[in-house]
Amino acid sequence: MKRSALPGFGLSLGLSLTYLAVIVVLPLAALVLKAVQLGPSELLAIITGPRALASYRVTLTMAAASTLFSGLYGLLLAWILVRYDFPGRRFLDALVDLPFALPTAVAGLALTALFAKNGWFGSVLEPLGLQVAYAPAGIAVAMAFTSFPFVVRTVQPVLEDLDPDAEEAGRMLGAGDLSIFWRVILPMVLPAWIAGCALGFARSLGEFGAVVFIAGNLPYETEVTALLAFIRLEEFDYAGAAGLACVMLAAAFVMLSVTNLLQARWLRFTGKD
Amino acid sequence: MKRRTLVGTMLAAPLAAALPGIARAEVGSILNASYDISRELFAAINPAFAEAWKARSGSDITIEQSHGGSSRQARAVLEGLQADVVTFNQEVDIQILHDRGNLIPADWKQRFPHDSSAYYSLPAFLVRAGNPKNIKDWDDLVQDGVQVLFPNPRTSGNARYTYLAAYAHALDKNGGDEAAAEEFAARLFANVPVFDTGGRGATTTFVEREIGDVLITFEAEVNGIRREYGEDRFEVVIPTSSIEANFPATVVDAVVDQRGSRDVATAYVEFLYSPEGQTILAENYNRVRDEKVIAQFADRFPPVRLFTVDEVFGGWAKVNEVHLAEGGVLDRILVGR
Repeated sequence: MKRSALPGFGLSLGLSLTYLAVIVVLPLAALVLKAVQLGPSELLAIITGPRALASYRVTLTMAAASTLFSGLYGLLLAWILVRYDFPGRRFLDALVDLPFALPTAVAGLALTALFAKNGWFGSVLEPLGLQVAYAPAGIAVAMAFTSFPFVVRTVQPVLEDLDPDAEEAGRMLGAGDLSIFWRVILPMVLPAWIAGCALGFARSLGEFGAVVFIAGNLPYETEVTALLAFIRLEEFDYAGAAGLACVMLAAAFVMLSVTNLLQARWLRFTGKD
Repeated sequence: MKRRTLVGTMLAAPLAAALPGIARAEVGSILNASYDISRELFAAINPAFAEAWKARSGSDITIEQSHGGSSRQARAVLEGLQADVVTFNQEVDIQILHDRGNLIPADWKQRFPHDSSAYYSLPAFLVRAGNPKNIKDWDDLVQDGVQVLFPNPRTSGNARYTYLAAYAHALDKNGGDEAAAEEFAARLFANVPVFDTGGRGATTTFVEREIGDVLITFEAEVNGIRREYGEDRFEVVIPTSSIEANFPATVVDAVVDQRGSRDVATAYVEFLYSPEGQTILAENYNRVRDEKVIAQFADRFPPVRLFTVDEVFGGWAKVNEVHLAEGGVLDRILVGR
């Protein structure tokens, strides 16, 4: 190990782990502990109740829809930002981070105002029979807003690193645009893209602030799991809330693990290990 | 506070760390933790009380305000928010301070007159100008094609009163038939297009997004909205019957004893009962207890047949058990929606 500017490995690792434990592990442990206090049968009853199941269905399908959109749109945006120079590019680049910084409740309010039937978008969409605000679609919109930066920000650096020589070589060997994209660009970008999508999906599962404003929050129809956990808290049912939170935690954890596994395999496959 | 939970402690730690920062060596300020829609009300009451307290004790006092959903505020106090006084829109939210945290004695309701509620209100209707759907009473709300807005009874005390008022009305009309009352409530809920999480959210949906034909919220709030957003845009409709929504207040013993603020906190709650306090309450469209003030504001408060939670439902404990508990009547209605 080379000497670095930071103090020794032992000290820096120790501090990092301590902070990680205090900031991340301890609160999560408290959450799990709370849920464990319930006992298995009660916990099972909470997390498989009809309302809980309906909320998983709503959350998962809408998170999938939002991830589909952010995946495609995020890739496109990253491509534009990396490959082309145009006036306002830097501004656009900075704009991508806005959903990270903005309180999601503000985003939720703004989106609701836009998509409500008297809003700019809603007044056009609703006469066409497309209801977004106070409908499941609104949940997907809110989730997409908060999760697309994940895709952009994970794909962007990989695209930047992409050597134009490889594309050129492909062209010299007679490949068409489509074939260059499929056989040269996509394989290099894919792991980062999948990782970005997975992060966005995990974020969508837990999104609360933006969603509650636009969802309409009708039980069994537009009630997301995060809201149901919030409702349990509001009823002083700490254990019930912790049970649902654990389900979301597990889902996010599984998502990220699977992605890591996929990515590791992919890297080995492409020989970039 | 012995059984304070780990999660609770973790949430409370930052709060507890932040609050003593507003140093209160000598009690120069007290904190009133209150419900969401009382912000303007207490903004009017606090300076009046500070003046009265100055005249009485010679010292200055600042009253800090904290507002949020009633239950959420109760949880914050349980988890360590140093509120000297709590003013909530539901008895259960104060009772919990005894049941879960032992912060107040069991007999808290007897400490101030009228079960510690200096004022009360009732669920009432706000309709759009001209009352296009001709809504006069509860029965008009369950017609086809009428959209009714109120927040989720699961997250809003305000909406729990709406639910109870509708249920009590149907119970009364059907000679106490519980099944008929449940069916009536189910029809009402089927007409709700959007559930917001709190009263103010529902107001925004009704006023700004122009969703719904009628908004149900406390009479005090209904009149406030009309004043705020334009008297020509909305009309207030008071149904023939409704449920009495008490707004209880109490001193948080565990906090005032530690901070030495019992005198001023008690005086603050008592001030709500004084003619001056009652006048401010009535000016903000709350129904009050003082006969003189009632007479003075008689034209603001049309007579309503008022049911109480105790007489119709046998008290809040029973309401919790039968209606609000997991799998209770409210859940059945929400499932059937």
